[in-house]
Amino acid sequence: MNAFLTTNAELIITLVKIALLLVIVLTVNAYLTWFERKVVAHMQSRWGPHRVGPHGLLQPLADGVKFLFKEDPTPAGVDKFVYYLAPMLALALALTSIALIPFGPDPIKLFGHDIYLGIAPPDVNIGILALFAITAMGVYGVALAGWSSNSKYPLLGGLRSSAQMISYELAMTMSVVGVLLMAGSFNLKKIIEAQAHHPECGIVGWNIWPQLLGFFCFFVSAVAETNRVPFDLPEAESELVAGFHTEYASFKFAMFFIAEYTSMITVSCLCTIMFFGGWLSPFPASWTFTHYVPSAILIPFGLWVIWDGIRYETIFGRIFLPGAGTAFAGIGAVLILLPSVNLFIQGPFWLLSKILVFLFIYVWMRGTLPRFRYDQLMAFGWKLLLPLSIVNVIATSFIILAKMTWWAK
Amino acid sequence: MTAPLLVFFVLAALAVIGAVSLILQKHPIHSALSLIVVMIALAGLYLLLGAEFVAAVQIIVYGGAIMVLFVFVIMLLNAGVEEHTSISKMAGAPGLLLVVALAGLVAATIVRSTDSILSTMQTGEMSSSLGVSKTLGISGMIFKDFVYPFELTSFLILIAVLGATVLAQREKH
Repeated sequence: MNAFLTTNAELIITLVKIALLLVIVLTVNAYLTWFERKVVAHMQSRWGPHRVGPHGLLQPLADGVKFLFKEDPTPAGVDKFVYYLAPMLALALALTSIALIPFGPDPIKLFGHDIYLGIAPPDVNIGILALFAITAMGVYGVALAGWSSNSKYPLLGGLRSSAQMISYELAMTMSVVGVLLMAGSFNLKKIIEAQAHHPECGIVGWNIWPQLLGFFCFFVSAVAETNRVPFDLPEAESELVAGFHTEYASFKFAMFFIAEYTSMITVSCLCTIMFFGGWLSPFPASWTFTHYVPSAILIPFGLWVIWDGIRYETIFGRIFLPGAGTAFAGIGAVLILLPSVNLFIQGPFWLLSKILVFLFIYVWMRGTLPRFRYDQLMAFGWKLLLPLSIVNVIATSFIILAKMTWWAK
Repeated sequence: MTAPLLVFFVLAALAVIGAVSLILQKHPIHSALSLIVVMIALAGLYLLLGAEFVAAVQIIVYGGAIMVLFVFVIMLLNAGVEEHTSISKMAGAPGLLLVVALAGLVAATIVRSTDSILSTMQTGEMSSSLGVSKTLGISGMIFKDFVYPFELTSFLILIAVLGATVLAQREKH
């Protein structure tokens, strides 16, 4: 048994990591729906979910149970094989792309093995290309769902989404070329490390400043790729009932839903890694007191949750919320007491907080922006984003060339 | 049996099954899906040879862009089930001859390059004299050694794009 463990250590570690990440991503997805409903509700002066559990925190669980136990009818006249394949394809591809994201700079040393955060080893040379390859395949989930349903609204949704995703994929791929030129690598880890030219530069060294145009093009086209508001024409409910997933019910619908939220997380990860320094702290490296930022956020947050919890209406809430608050504050206190752990979580902490900001922007846009008209969508992609991103590529290459020929001498 | 060899056989089997199913499927969409399986299996084979850039581009360009266009057009035209006609006499005898010739050519190529295939399988990488496995090598070849043929090809593609635009807009004039 021991011999088996040592010879296959890499395989076992990877399998455990996959299982862990799957659980984490699916949980985050579930709470992302809660977060979205809550934020959009407050933007519209409503309460959002608040019946199931304290502050509606058990709502995602209830939704999950509902999806699992609903009747799952297969409409007559569908192409059965493709109809079942489409949601699986959508979900599998969305989850695969998360596997390529590195979540922290340093490995954990456990049983003599370096365990990196993130499933893929950190030296994947074609990291960003592989991500784009998976995104490129993502179109099929939506397109095939629309076609195989054998119904007019899903077909229209599927056609729209194929056209939209082909159009915006071009702008998305072109807009990151500037970043790749500056880093000189497709490797996600090297792209992050290239943004820390000097340990003291902090936020100034991030790619967002020289690549502002590239970031604009990338973020807009990435939102379009994930079919989110204001680019949610494939599922425009006022025109197409529910677009490509009209004929899907129960857990097959949930699979599309989870796929959409997972790709939101992937896009947020990519924005963070390519333009906002990934796991780099926004402060200069010599400001060691900024290492207490995680504690300085977690402890007050935990105390606030306790204070909010003891006055909560239901008894369950009065037990659950102070408990959760104590856990948050406790983690914050432990981080102060264990400097080595605190140092280790700096990278993941900054990465995750930046990802959270992008997820909030996604929800924010959904709460504020109206949907594009179809011709506006096409004109925006082809006549504005694509030329802008090409201009960005040309300008970046000329500046890099100028640096190489004149300033280096 | 080593792991790379096992992966090779799985991918090769996928490619062959996909290719056969591409011909045998009755519905155009099913054929297109089979072709996508072939493309992805090929990308996996490139990856096995250490040609990571070619593998990624294979999926992005062929699996992503081109096949999406295929599927899009089939969906847009709502193409129905393929009608099978009896095979013409022209396709019978000369077709068989062509198949035999092609199989012979492939076999001859494999026999002649056995040594380099074996060395590739042992090192997991293309021999360095080729220098095409790494991204840097590919860009060096395209933009230094073969820059004029490359630019000519892009010019040709530009002409094709312009021609397609003109043909598509002809009705307006």
